[in-house]
Amino acid sequence: MLPADYSVEMVGITKEFGGVHALREVSFRVRPGEIHALVGENGAGKSTLMKILSGAYQKDEGVVRIEGKEVEISNPHSGRQLGIAIIYQEFALVPDLTVAENIYLDHLSSRGGIINKGRLYRQSEELIGGLGFDINPRKMVWQLSVAYQQVVEITKALSEEARILILDEPTAVLAPKEVKSLFEILRRLKEQGVSIVYISHRLEEVFEIADSVTVLKDGQVTGEGKTEQMKPDDVIRMMIGRKLTTMFPERELRIGEEILRVEGLNRGKEVRDVSFSVRAGEVLGIAGLVGSGRTETVRAIFAADKRDSGRIELCGKELQLKSPRESVRSGIGFVPEDRKGQGVILSMSVRENVTMPRLRSVMGWFGFIKKTKEQRITEELIKRLRIKARSTESAVTDLSGGNQQKVALAKWFGTDSSLIILDEPTRGVDVGAKVEIYNLINELAARGLGIIFISSETIEVIGICDRVVVMRQGAISDILDKEQLSEENIMRAAIGRSRSSAVDIRTSG
Amino acid sequence: MRQGLKKGIDTLLKYNTIFIFLVLVFASSFVSNRFFSETNIFNLLRQVSGIGIISMGMLLVILTGGIDLSVGSILAVASVLSAYFLLSMPLWMSLVLTVFAGVLLGSVSGFLVSNRRIAPFVVTLAMMTIGRGLGYIISNGSPILVRESGASLKSFGSGYFFKIPGYFSGVPQPVVLMFSIFVIVFVVLRYTVFGRLVVAIGSNETAVKLSGVRVGVYKFLVYGISGALASIAGIISTSRTGVGSPIVGRGFELDAIAAVVIGGASLGGGRGTALNTLLGVFILGMIGNIMNLKNVPAYPQQVIKGLIIIFAVLLQGIERRGQS
Ligand SMILES: Nc1ncnc2c1ncn2[C@@H]1O[C@H](COP(=O)(O)OP(=O)(O)OP(=O)(O)O)[C@@H](O)[C@H]1O
Ligand SMILES: [Mg+2]
Repeated sequence: MLPADYSVEMVGITKEFGGVHALREVSFRVRPGEIHALVGENGAGKSTLMKILSGAYQKDEGVVRIEGKEVEISNPHSGRQLGIAIIYQEFALVPDLTVAENIYLDHLSSRGGIINKGRLYRQSEELIGGLGFDINPRKMVWQLSVAYQQVVEITKALSEEARILILDEPTAVLAPKEVKSLFEILRRLKEQGVSIVYISHRLEEVFEIADSVTVLKDGQVTGEGKTEQMKPDDVIRMMIGRKLTTMFPERELRIGEEILRVEGLNRGKEVRDVSFSVRAGEVLGIAGLVGSGRTETVRAIFAADKRDSGRIELCGKELQLKSPRESVRSGIGFVPEDRKGQGVILSMSVRENVTMPRLRSVMGWFGFIKKTKEQRITEELIKRLRIKARSTESAVTDLSGGNQQKVALAKWFGTDSSLIILDEPTRGVDVGAKVEIYNLINELAARGLGIIFISSETIEVIGICDRVVVMRQGAISDILDKEQLSEENIMRAAIGRSRSSAVDIRTSG
Repeated sequence: MRQGLKKGIDTLLKYNTIFIFLVLVFASSFVSNRFFSETNIFNLLRQVSGIGIISMGMLLVILTGGIDLSVGSILAVASVLSAYFLLSMPLWMSLVLTVFAGVLLGSVSGFLVSNRRIAPFVVTLAMMTIGRGLGYIISNGSPILVRESGASLKSFGSGYFFKIPGYFSGVPQPVVLMFSIFVIVFVVLRYTVFGRLVVAIGSNETAVKLSGVRVGVYKFLVYGISGALASIAGIISTSRTGVGSPIVGRGFELDAIAAVVIGGASLGGGRGTALNTLLGVFILGMIGNIMNLKNVPAYPQQVIKGLIIIFAVLLQGIERRGQS
């Protein structure tokens, strides 16, 4: 028999959720041993298509062929037997098990419950090491940072000898160095003939790693082809149906008084003697590698974690914040990095989520909720942030990843905060929506709010921040002004070398 | 056709509590023609009124992701206390103080859970033993008779509302009380900030906390409310029997939890409604009632009850898996 032309061939796939088409007549083909990128806006249907391929969802119509043979993938197990491994956008690890146990979870359950722990740890260690990472397999998964959890997911998928590997936004939480080693792994797998589907909102990555690309928009294919023959602008146009003129919108700078002053903030080993300030109308970036203490710093400011020491002033008044509630009351908003675990309540509706920090404003007599007012607020926010949801009553879990993120952001829009802390707010958000989020940030800043913006994407930090604090190993290694912002300067500070000559000239001159 | 069938099954699974309830009502009327008699229905309702009231508090606790094992013991303490206070106090004062004692015991659990972060199971297990012990200490180990001054209390236990002489014998007063409490909890859960937050905390406590909500306060409150409702159930028990007894309410915590679970609530928190819990209470009550009418002995009754709980929860398992 001749080898099949395509290792994956999905033809005429249609999928509805409660009468709304998530996918309409989608055809998607992957050649053996190629890396095929799948791109599109939030809610375009990428995850849905891949869940159908892996067996997590059932298609309404259409045909799926694997290596030329028509198959019915009725559940994830039969998907795995066909050699299809998937790394979901949302984490699927068991937090209370060790790294090793998670990696071999499916094997464990099928082997009668007898576990040779020593071997388990040794094998996992080899596997993780072979991928170029260093994680102790005895650690509990909940103890790991999100980035490391992602690495465990990848390791787990690869332990199953997959012929077809699907990665749904694997790099959203990874640092540049980790992305690089992931790409090496993918290239190695490709040489071994594994077909890879790669979903990402970062087009640079798509053009770096993928051989071909398929673009989805509103559940339909709007373009496909070889990456060599395409330009990023083409792909963006196919994705959003128009040209994107500026990625980083201009903003009139009107920087006012100091809003937040942090002095000598300490918390364990993660935050050491951190001092900085944010002014009204300013977007202050915090850059640094994953694990450099950025998240821990803002969590300590917001009093989500206890501080060891440090002074915090908001609008000139010293605050003794002891709980997130006090922070919110004094006017600080916080969008955490882990949106599913901390940012939103998946099982509740968009309405119930966005009003959570402002329940007082929709509360009437005897604590009754003013539903019409709540509905109006929610509708406005849905419009303003362009959240793709069927109605204010849709459960957040039914929204696409990027739209869930927008819900987490919407919680703080229109509250009377004076400082908003955003931890990786554009993670997993499509290009169009990213620009929208930048616009919203600018709008907030223009209204005189102070913004703290954490991001692992250096380009974005440079694009929208007025000043950037760079952290390394829990301490501030540099603070860069607008004119000094460059990828090189940020990276240097992040990995701990001194700044480029521009500064030396300035200081000496 | 097949689509229609599938839809039918889906709806059935979604409303499985109502479904089980209706099936039981239907079956009961077949099994015994006495089931639908006015006396039997009101007897049944009167029997479940205590559990019904307790279950409403249990639902609130379970929605936050906790559990309250102390309700049966608090019921006993309240039963004893109400009779004890009546020895020396007017009725209204005895009742107020009794409910206050229930709130106090519940609040101790609430404080330990929300402030000291001890697991609810452990805290309320301890409170269960403590409460039972207190009941015996106050009563000296034997029932306390309700005195003359409590005559109106006794008439409450056996009294009726909405009586129409000659036509309708009326609704037993404890049953009216149970329905009132149900309506309040129903409204609170559906339309108030408090209800919203109770469900939210059980769904994702971290997200609620980071939104600036004092999670601890709400966790504290639900145990206080549960204690209050348990003490009201205790007062009803005293009013019906005319004695304050330290042995009443044994195992009520398990019946209340069972009712909440049959009503489709998740023990992990964040899922459950007042209406379904009330149906859960009725389901449990009917199972007992019909078996009594048919003279099924007590031990097989327990086995059958357990099997029905498992069956109900299995149905919900199917539904939940279908969703994800
Ligand atoms: N279980 C579900 N129930 C109802 N609607 C759903 C469900 N899953 C997905 N959808 C809807 O289907 C559409 C496609 O969602 P999908 O998750 O596939 O988008 P996506 O392309 O992966 O987006 P993102 O980049 O934001 O992750 C969205 O409108 C979403 O709301
Ligand atoms: Mg997705």
